[in-house]
Amino acid sequence: MSKSSNSSCSKLGPLLEAVGITKSFGDFVANDDVSFSIHAGEIHALLGENGAGKSTFVKIAYGLLQPDTGQLFWNGKPVFINGPQHARKLGIGMVFQHFSLFDALTVAENIQLAMPPGETMASLSSRISSISKEYGIGVDPDARIYNLSVGQQQRVEIIRCLLQDPKLLIMDEPTSVLTPQETEQLFSVLRRFADNGLAVLFISHKLDEIRALTSRATVLRRGQNVGSVAIKGQTNSKLAEMMIGNKVKNVARQKAPAKSKLLFEVKNLYRPQESAFSVTLRNISIAANAGEIFGIAGIAGNGQGELMSALIGEWRGSDSGVMFLDGVDVSLKNPAERRVARMGFIPEERNGHAAVPSMSLAENALLTSHSIVELVRHGVLDLSGMKAKAGEIAKDFDVRLPEANPLASSLSGGNLQKFVVGREIIKVPKVLIVSQPTWGVDVGAAVFIRRAMLDLAAEGSAIVMISQDLEEIFAISHRIAVLHDGILSDAEPAGNLTAKKVGLLMGGSHAVGGKSV
Amino acid sequence: MEALILTVLLTSVPLIFAATGELVAERSGVLNLGVEGMMLMGAVSAFAATSIFGNPYMGILAGALAGAMTAAVFSLFALGLATNQVATGLALTIFGSGLSGLVGAPYVGGTVDGLPNLAIPILVDVPIIGNLLFNHDIMAYLSIGVLMLVAWFLNRTRAGLVLRAVGNSHDSAHALGYRVLLVRFGAVSFGGLMAGLGGAYLPLMLTPHWSEGMTAGRGWIALALVVFASWIPSRILIGALLFGGITIMQLAGQARGWTVPSQMLSMLPYIATIIVLVLIARNRDFALANSPACLGRLFISNK
Repeated sequence: MSKSSNSSCSKLGPLLEAVGITKSFGDFVANDDVSFSIHAGEIHALLGENGAGKSTFVKIAYGLLQPDTGQLFWNGKPVFINGPQHARKLGIGMVFQHFSLFDALTVAENIQLAMPPGETMASLSSRISSISKEYGIGVDPDARIYNLSVGQQQRVEIIRCLLQDPKLLIMDEPTSVLTPQETEQLFSVLRRFADNGLAVLFISHKLDEIRALTSRATVLRRGQNVGSVAIKGQTNSKLAEMMIGNKVKNVARQKAPAKSKLLFEVKNLYRPQESAFSVTLRNISIAANAGEIFGIAGIAGNGQGELMSALIGEWRGSDSGVMFLDGVDVSLKNPAERRVARMGFIPEERNGHAAVPSMSLAENALLTSHSIVELVRHGVLDLSGMKAKAGEIAKDFDVRLPEANPLASSLSGGNLQKFVVGREIIKVPKVLIVSQPTWGVDVGAAVFIRRAMLDLAAEGSAIVMISQDLEEIFAISHRIAVLHDGILSDAEPAGNLTAKKVGLLMGGSHAVGGKSV
Repeated sequence: MEALILTVLLTSVPLIFAATGELVAERSGVLNLGVEGMMLMGAVSAFAATSIFGNPYMGILAGALAGAMTAAVFSLFALGLATNQVATGLALTIFGSGLSGLVGAPYVGGTVDGLPNLAIPILVDVPIIGNLLFNHDIMAYLSIGVLMLVAWFLNRTRAGLVLRAVGNSHDSAHALGYRVLLVRFGAVSFGGLMAGLGGAYLPLMLTPHWSEGMTAGRGWIALALVVFASWIPSRILIGALLFGGITIMQLAGQARGWTVPSQMLSMLPYIATIIVLVLIARNRDFALANSPACLGRLFISNK
């Protein structure tokens, strides 16, 4: 922290202070007597598992929700923040975890919607360019959102906040879609913020990031503030302990299993570009052995989506001889046929791809099993069997259910992810294809899911995991390859690779065993 | 020939009104299938007010008000109580047909003086097109004016941007602090007002009497027209002339004893709409940029 901000801390009271905030939804107490304060010039972390009440708290601070009891103070004066516009007027900006962008509108239009009326589009456009230049976050003001990658969309969100000249910036898991380099860039932006005397409330599950960036952390557990600590001297496991209340089982780097059977092979997969915004896949080769997790690292937008849909079979080329499951050519098989051949798939998007939010868990349990003739007899659904199956998955994979057979949409992200992962693993597929298995889930769930994948591999399945989370790739992969611009590097044993090497490959350097075409 | 073209132009006026209004409602994310009902309420109110006051301009006013009030009934249910929009819209059409029949019963068989033509000086003397384009009643001019105003409003004003934003993602708009339901209430009310004007045009200009169900499916054509225009205001004009032309062809064809069954011709607007839908679906960029993503979806504020 800079000298100026230290002095402002001592002179002034907290910028935002919350005293005794309580908020309930029905019987569920999301925030229970939470008190909290943040000073100008401070980067303050808000830590907690999914469902710990972080989102509720920041929504209250941003005026999206009103507390049942408790009081907020802004610059020492009691305030009642009655809406986001009021919050922005006070100087509170927020970058959401789920982007609140309008797909059909342009970048400039999206930003204009968040600004007070009166500014012309031309002046706004020029301010957007200057801000994006100043912080090195480039976006085209005239691009429509649906044409931007997730990472680019986040930049729009951040620029939108920066333009409002906030005094307090709330960032809800901003780094989950950024590359390590982009994250570092973001951090230097945020540090510059703090140096200018602004406060940043930073919400993240990534403990390394919190330790690298923030000076103080407030930890929420089950809606309660379990402590505000100075970050200095804290270790990851100490912070994690505060968060989940029991010890996190750390996952060590994996050693490749002894020479085993080749279970899944992709030979020179080629997928032509389909639109101006998709990536051409070239020469993709994957060989995953029994007992092995084959990790595919890479920055978002380098062909992960295209590769995933090709592996699942949602997209199929016209050539056979490209993809083999245990020696059998599955190149031309559709997803259901591949499932029959005992492949399992866990796509990245929980809501709407892996699971149908408006269907119950029992129905969702059926959705990836129907082609295997489980739970269906002569075309008639076995309802009690479906419920039993969903219950079994919930029990084995620690899915916490609000009721007996809830809708998928009523589960929190981490719980639903445990369910969709469990649904595949419980079938013990020969090959499991998974993308971003722990995206946006809490630490406890992430550890659980990774453990479950390692256990599945230990039982003799092969797993291909596409993930943008390097920590995750290193924690559980036996071999690692990097996807960049639609080209997959040669796989290396996890023990041989450093994070730096992978970072280089992710950035497009093919010096280390990469195939430059 | 000139008479035929004039008839086509006049036939398209109510379609322009009703479709423009519905376009605004749909761009805000509300699918109001009650256009036919709102038009009928507009028609009967316009006729009644004109008979009572002896002034067709009072009829215009009454028609617009009646349309907006009918739309408010829709808003009460579909926005206020978050009922299913499709069902509510269909109910509104049935409600409008019934109520207009009841209100209009004493007026069946009566007749009123229509709107006077207001020739635009100088322009009206331009050869060939002068009389065709510049010698119309006030509502014909108004329909074009409103259409241009709506196009400008949606694409050039901040309020229009907010309206499009609400239709694109009501959750995001809510997160930014915009009053989703209020915006939609405004858009639906405007849609009702326009439908009321479109309805009013029928007894005031096209056929100067009132009869039950006199809109004869124009509300449905207006709905199809919005899709045909792929939610772009300027295309409403083209579509309205086309659909109006088809309607006239039907009548002219019957009069001249064409062998093509009139039912075939009345199918044309809907077939054209389906073709446009197919074309839109094939163009991803277009579909994403212009069709309101939240169309017909319920918004319930979690506050």
